[in-house]
Amino acid sequence: MKNPDLISMRQALGDVLLKLGDEVPELVVLDSDVSSSTQTIHFGKKFPDRFFNVGVAEANMVDIAGGMATCGFRPVASAFAIFLTLKAAEQISNIICYNKLPVILLGGYAGLSDSFDGASHQSITDIAVMRAMPNLNVIDPADAIELTQAMQQMITYDGPSYIRISRNPRPLLFENDEPFKFGKIRKIQEGSDMTIAACGVTVSMAIDAASELKSKGISAEVLNISTIKPLDVDTLVRSVQKTGCILTVEEHTICGGMGSAVAEALMKNHPVKMDFIGISDTFTETGSYLELLKKYGISKESIKDKVLKLVTE
Amino acid sequence: MKLQKMSIITDEKLRRKSLQDIEGETDLLQKAAKIRYFAQQCRVDVFEMLYKRGNGHWGGSASVAEILSTLYLHFLKTYPENPKNPDRDRLILSKGHAAPMLYNILAKKGFFPMEELSTFRELNSILQGHPCMNKTQGVDISSGPLGHGISVGLGMALAARLQKKDYWTFVIVGEGCLNEGQSWEGIMAAAKFTPPRLVIMVDYNKVQLDGPCSDIMPLDPLSDKFKAFNINVAEKVYDGHDVLDIMKSLDWAKENQKNPSAIIYKTHKGKGVSFMEDNYKWHGSTIDDESYTRGKGELIETLMKLKI
Repeated sequence: MKNPDLISMRQALGDVLLKLGDEVPELVVLDSDVSSSTQTIHFGKKFPDRFFNVGVAEANMVDIAGGMATCGFRPVASAFAIFLTLKAAEQISNIICYNKLPVILLGGYAGLSDSFDGASHQSITDIAVMRAMPNLNVIDPADAIELTQAMQQMITYDGPSYIRISRNPRPLLFENDEPFKFGKIRKIQEGSDMTIAACGVTVSMAIDAASELKSKGISAEVLNISTIKPLDVDTLVRSVQKTGCILTVEEHTICGGMGSAVAEALMKNHPVKMDFIGISDTFTETGSYLELLKKYGISKESIKDKVLKLVTE
Repeated sequence: MKLQKMSIITDEKLRRKSLQDIEGETDLLQKAAKIRYFAQQCRVDVFEMLYKRGNGHWGGSASVAEILSTLYLHFLKTYPENPKNPDRDRLILSKGHAAPMLYNILAKKGFFPMEELSTFRELNSILQGHPCMNKTQGVDISSGPLGHGISVGLGMALAARLQKKDYWTFVIVGEGCLNEGQSWEGIMAAAKFTPPRLVIMVDYNKVQLDGPCSDIMPLDPLSDKFKAFNINVAEKVYDGHDVLDIMKSLDWAKENQKNPSAIIYKTHKGKGVSFMEDNYKWHGSTIDDESYTRGKGELIETLMKLKI
């Protein structure tokens, strides 16, 4: 039996694009021959005149989107995250970001979620590369509802955004009436002993870990950093002022990702004891999604282990 | 102070007058001659500007002088007082290192004060080393890193079709741009989506930064490559320094406006200074004192001969 609470971000993306297509006449969608995977295909069927499948040519796609954006359109350009952010990195930088064009870049199959296709298709560097680019917002939604809300907000934003999209069905964490706020950290659970800052699919693991830690007498505050850039430094600092230590959790290499962004902010504003969960400096491999996450240390168990170490050190 | 202000106003009047004199000319032969003179004057000014700055790209700027001048003074609908007018024709200088020539012409068209030209490549200047759309009025997209123009231009041309606007999009590329794989992705996609009024203009001087194309990355048979990619390419290779010929190429573009098209222009890198022409060493080298004196002499001599 299907778990009614599991829904994938890509499925939500397909739905929200259909809705936005009616509401925002300037919306155009571009894809690079992966529309049936990323689910932009539904938009393409409903709005064929505003859908452009450019074939396997991510760099070309990003620049076409840029050209359209200079003429008043609101392009959404979609590809697998690794190919979008690495093959088209120079186009994203020199055309989209340098010119501050209102384009949404959708990195599908992000993190390890393209699990069976192997390391060559998994995106573990996109946050690092995207957040290094001036003018670019970087958003890693925690569930399908946040993804939907992020799309609704960023489609009218006057500048470029990168949004990370996981492939697989994951639990819904939020209700529709708790709106995602761009640029704001969402505090999911109050706590006093330590802060767990998670993003993307790891947020649900952080929530589960925190509730299990409660039975061990540890009160963990859980933050959802869905907007990695610009980072909500105020909320972050207020949290660690109270808890005195922080663990970041992300489905990404620990080199330059969300944890690095948090470390940069805290080192400058309020240094505390800190540890990181993410992929250590290594390539990953083929396997089932949950097995992969576990093997590379991204799991409820590793969160609990690291928290225990941090608070007892 | 007052005197200086006066002279700026006089210069502005003069600028407008000479522009009107060219753009309003009804006799095509006369107009071509006037544009040729204008282009040569731009060459002189750019040469001077680059010499004073000590850097910037002479070769590619000199190569595209007549093509740019003819576009701006004979064809493009632009609105210097309202540069972002959504109905304007678009010009993408994909070979963005020719920025000095573009800036010179944009200033003469009235997009920004002529005095700005002397700040080219200085800190805080509106005139960056390569074109920047958010700093310079009249620049439709930032360029310089090669190979972007055709893709971006395709986006603009598709936008025109979606908005039912009839503006033109011209993309000027050099060999460097066509070395980039992305250009061919853009060409393939242009042939698929077929927006009207998208024109790829090749400033084909056959010399790139490191040497002649034939040594670095041969592009010939270029026309056949466009054809093989299903792009309508003009049979004739036009003379990119002959304004009348460039005008004819634009007539061809008009006749073929229903689909994307490509036009190849035979040009000379560093055109106008004999010892710099077709020589890759003058792609972006500093113009030394001796070369400046000799070069400027030649450029002025030609200018005088062109005087109408």
